Amino acid sequence: MQQSNRLRPFFENISFDREDNELVLNFGPQHPSAHGQLRLMLHLQQEQITKAHPDIGYLHRGMEKMAENMIYNEFMPTTDRMDYIASSSNNYGFALAVEKLIGLDVPRRAKVIRMLLLEVNRLMSHLFWLATTALDIGAMTVFLYAFREREYLMDLVEDYCGARLTHAAIRIGGVPLDLPDNFMTDLRKFLDKVPENIKDYEDLLDKNRVWLMRMENVGVISKEMALSWGCSGVMLRASGVQWDIRKEEPYELYDEVEFNVPVSDKGDNYARYKLYMAEMRESAKILYQVADMYEGTSTELMAHAPQYISAPKLEIMTQNYALMQHFVLVTQGMRPPVGEVYIPTESPKGELGYYINSQGGPYPYRLKLRAPSFWHTGILTDLLPGHYIPDVVSIIGTTNIVFGEVDR
Amino acid sequence: MDLAFIIETVVKIVVILLVFSALAGFGTYFERKILAFMQRRLGPMHVGPYGLLQVAADGIKLFTKEDIIPQNVVKPIFKLAPVITAATAFMAAAAIPFWPEFTVLGYTVHPIVSDINVGILYVMAVMAIGLYGPLLGGMASANKFSLISAARSAAVFISYEVITGLALLAPLMMVGSLSLIDINNYQSAGITHWIAWSQPVAFILFWIAAFAETGRTPFHLVANDHEIIDGFGTEYSGMRWGLFFIGEYANMFFISFVMALIFLGGYGDGSIAGALQLLLKVAFFFFFFLWTRAAWPDVRPDQLMWLCWKVLMPIAVLNVIVTGVVILIQTQGGM
Repeated sequence: MQQSNRLRPFFENISFDREDNELVLNFGPQHPSAHGQLRLMLHLQQEQITKAHPDIGYLHRGMEKMAENMIYNEFMPTTDRMDYIASSSNNYGFALAVEKLIGLDVPRRAKVIRMLLLEVNRLMSHLFWLATTALDIGAMTVFLYAFREREYLMDLVEDYCGARLTHAAIRIGGVPLDLPDNFMTDLRKFLDKVPENIKDYEDLLDKNRVWLMRMENVGVISKEMALSWGCSGVMLRASGVQWDIRKEEPYELYDEVEFNVPVSDKGDNYARYKLYMAEMRESAKILYQVADMYEGTSTELMAHAPQYISAPKLEIMTQNYALMQHFVLVTQGMRPPVGEVYIPTESPKGELGYYINSQGGPYPYRLKLRAPSFWHTGILTDLLPGHYIPDVVSIIGTTNIVFGEVDR
Repeated sequence: MDLAFIIETVVKIVVILLVFSALAGFGTYFERKILAFMQRRLGPMHVGPYGLLQVAADGIKLFTKEDIIPQNVVKPIFKLAPVITAATAFMAAAAIPFWPEFTVLGYTVHPIVSDINVGILYVMAVMAIGLYGPLLGGMASANKFSLISAARSAAVFISYEVITGLALLAPLMMVGSLSLIDINNYQSAGITHWIAWSQPVAFILFWIAAFAETGRTPFHLVANDHEIIDGFGTEYSGMRWGLFFIGEYANMFFISFVMALIFLGGYGDGSIAGALQLLLKVAFFFFFFLWTRAAWPDVRPDQLMWLCWKVLMPIAVLNVIVTGVVILIQTQGGM
């Protein structure tokens, strides 16, 4: 066992000088397919892996500790840096947790805009996943095709909030801005093309013999294994567990929209690939429905709770008390009531949970982030032995881990 | 051996070296452009018109880069390996007829450095020696990724030598000569006499093996960037790495020439039209390498070995046997 009082690197299960034919290969942290900063210590018998040891922490920024020294609103842009492929979903998870903590109700238009952002982010994330995984396996063209579509979505988000990667597009209590005029037409124009775009990728990959050879029966995760390693999202659904937090514990407007949760019981790379493709179609379906909800909502964008959320600009400029409250909120920050809350959301990568413990002060007493990729990195220990080096790449690809999120 | 012959040979060697070094450079330009057009982007555009001078810029970069030799490498072998790759690639060109013979100012020129009577055997043998480039480079690099790449290159190249050898055997039995000029003349009567029609299986097998021999996608395993960084080239920089690159692209061109000459009629009857056709055929094969790269992912090494020993080799052996039986029946029928 590891002795926690020793300040020496801990490699008790790894020996670097070997007499046998095993090769210890450091796969990463600087490796083209390490998806950021993953360091995998692989024990190899020829090309076959006998033991895999993921080592993380090369991108650690101490976000949970940072949160303890920030007022709640200050922490929002930091959440962008977790899963930077779909940053709005991180913003949203945090905003929702704080809202639950103080018991806020968000105006309907803000909900609609949040839903739009969340699903646009999901599409962006899935397209990025497809692009990088295909590139890892060598299908270079799919990479550029998927990035083409992702570019449209980035432009959409840029039109909304001005940022392309780290959006910070959601506030506690609502959203900061209304949609720009062209947003809906651009979005619908994009959505109309989604099916044929997905068909483009599937034509290149679905029945591609080499793609099948690389994906089918590779990286098989059984149901028990997926559950015991704490998998969530596509990783769990590909192993035959129908679990989608959008369905199980609906938040926002997910109970008002029609969508399916695709499931597969194969558990291999190919099943995960198919699920990602199916989820993109479902996301487009949700976006169509949410886009129709936008019309006819009142123009309010932020919840009305002057104690926690700054009043609208008009009130601040005209009413003395609102100005004072705004001043206190800006300089000292909101003070949620004493209590704790854990809110899971279905981020594109799986269950993204925020645990907040508030002692009534302007800073969280403790903030814990439950990032799906962390658990999906852990499973590599069990998943990789027996596979070959090229499979390491395709398995890391389909687990869809993002290191901003793993290391936090 | 008179002086004129020596001068002629030296001139031919220099011309081939210059043309194919330049072509190897332009090969990268073609590759980037063709891939770009298939992927809805523009490719190199900024250096010169349509990015044409990109090749020159890359060359200047490679030549002027710092030559790094890492600490723990086996220096002589590390330095030798890229030279082997480039040299063997160009040596193979010696027995390839690039153009039918023509007459300039009453002097007949044979655009082949040496029409040796075992031409194709020589080409394949020299290309096989090219294996030592990646193998030695990878083993001398003191890098685990390079080591894996060296092991892979030994496995892949040696295995696919068997396929190329067996696939070529059947057409050679029909032609009865190893000289590439004889093979070309065997098909000179026109498109219906191409060996690709009488030996389709050998043609496809050789084509598949060509992908493995040149290390192109979907058999891009020896230096697969996604798995083993740049394989044997990981520790190389500057022109040492550039030599590997030139060797690889020159190999692609030469194997395209070999395929066009053996299976698709070569330069036909030797007219200018036939010669241009040869260039078109070579261009097609080269384009096909790039096309495949845009369309297909990579296989795994174990799957490549499976393909070689359990699928392609039995077919190749069968093809040789069937060809032999058919030739036997034909010759006995003729008696």
